[in-house]
Amino acid sequence: MNHEPFEKNSLILLIGILIMVSIGGIVQIAPLYWIDSTIEKVKGMRPYTPLEQAGRDIYIREGCYGCHSQMIRTLRDEVERYGHYSLAAESMYDHPFQWGSKRTGPDLARVGGKYSDQWQADHMINPRSVVPESIMPGYPWLAKTPANIEGTEVRLKTLRAVGVPYTDEMVKTARADFAAQAAPESRAARDLARRYPKAKTVKVDGKQIEGTTELEALIAYLQVLGTLVDFATFDASGPNLR
Amino acid sequence: MSEKKNREIDAFTGVETTGHEWDGIKELNKPLPRWWIWTFYACIVWSIGYWVVYPAWPTPDGYTKGLWNYSQRAVVTAEGEAARAAQGALRKQIEATPLGDIRKNQDLLRFAMAAGNAAFQTNCSACHGRGGQGFTGYPNLNDDDWLWGGSVEEIQKTILYGVRSEHKDTRSSAMPRYGLDKILTDSNIDDVSEYVLSLSKRSTDPKAVESGAKIFGEQCASCHGADGKGIVEQGSANLTDGIWLYGSSKTAIMESIRNGRGGQMPYWTGRIDPMTIKALAVYVHSLGGGK
Repeated sequence: MNHEPFEKNSLILLIGILIMVSIGGIVQIAPLYWIDSTIEKVKGMRPYTPLEQAGRDIYIREGCYGCHSQMIRTLRDEVERYGHYSLAAESMYDHPFQWGSKRTGPDLARVGGKYSDQWQADHMINPRSVVPESIMPGYPWLAKTPANIEGTEVRLKTLRAVGVPYTDEMVKTARADFAAQAAPESRAARDLARRYPKAKTVKVDGKQIEGTTELEALIAYLQVLGTLVDFATFDASGPNLR
Repeated sequence: MSEKKNREIDAFTGVETTGHEWDGIKELNKPLPRWWIWTFYACIVWSIGYWVVYPAWPTPDGYTKGLWNYSQRAVVTAEGEAARAAQGALRKQIEATPLGDIRKNQDLLRFAMAAGNAAFQTNCSACHGRGGQGFTGYPNLNDDDWLWGGSVEEIQKTILYGVRSEHKDTRSSAMPRYGLDKILTDSNIDDVSEYVLSLSKRSTDPKAVESGAKIFGEQCASCHGADGKGIVEQGSANLTDGIWLYGSSKTAIMESIRNGRGGQMPYWTGRIDPMTIKALAVYVHSLGGGK
């Protein structure tokens, strides 16, 4: 075949590249828009609360993903250790998702509810205080740093722009919800739980500063991981079997 | 690649050129090795077989399932079921045997200890330590001091529903915040702490003990008992045994009285299957201090 025209005319080469890349793109990406089974239909998924979302940002800022994955693979050892394998639906509101297979520390996809808030706090401040053999670095400053409430509404709006179904009400009450999740048994916390089912308040003893800390935000995030999907109603057979 | 009419042999290397020339530099015709080309073609043929037997191509209403009907999710489910089936007889026996009788049967005990140990290391050791030794704020499971009861049944209940957890059947009680909520003054707290120290014979201030005893009777005895030995139904600590969850120093005791304490343990029902929780109860009960 004579490919001289492609090599001597950059515009033809450009068009040729576009056609080839489009084919690759269409084959890989386009089906995701029509295959229903890409994301399972599950009950219980909801967007992160403002505080959980702030905690998630801290999780990403501190590079937790460098050592911790959030994806329980369909392998027996992982299912026995961490629980039900992760579903695509469980990271449907993650931007970006935290999948991975490189684990210096354990997988965190279902760490929510596994330990108490206080344990998470003790462990984050000094991991060796509760797990002597741990090689995780400590993050003591999180307990002394106020969580950033300033960008809360903007954060929610940005996520809404990429498809996370935050309602106008959720955006409007974002700041109140943010504070409420670190104020157990308050009236605002009950409102929060109405907007975000299963939202749990964070309770940590020995607070070092006033107001909501980054540590509390991070704990709120960790405690929700893997807890939202109601597996009692999840049918692992039929269309979800793959 | 090359066009026959352009063929020429490069004088320096003796290799045929492709006929392409850029600024006087000519390209030698060095085709890929034959073995590589054939491996490449073989891979293409292999991929066709792959498409046929494994899930592969998207279709308007889903994707091709493949002749083998392969499913990772089915495989991992089947593997788990096969493993449980291999343990079937023992699992069923443990499920059917009353908790207290498991240790009377050597085979059951051995199985329960192995299963309990595995589950303990995965789920419990982060708080209670690999050997169940505990940490400040996280109870030692090797001693005979049990806040919520040390019988195997009580241990099972604690594992199932947790302590101050979100489960509706959770064990629950609260140590008040005597200082923060201004129920007691600082000097009251000092006195009570001296009295509490005296219960394990460590007090140095008889006068404070005397006034502390009175306050203890009014404020503390209803939960910790008049003798300070704790009441299991309320999860209150035995203050006389020299075993301290939050530290034995006077400072630590004063902090407990001032700020209250309310350690939480998650509930495990739903996260761990009932048979394994039974095994865990037997394992924890065996650690040393089971009653």
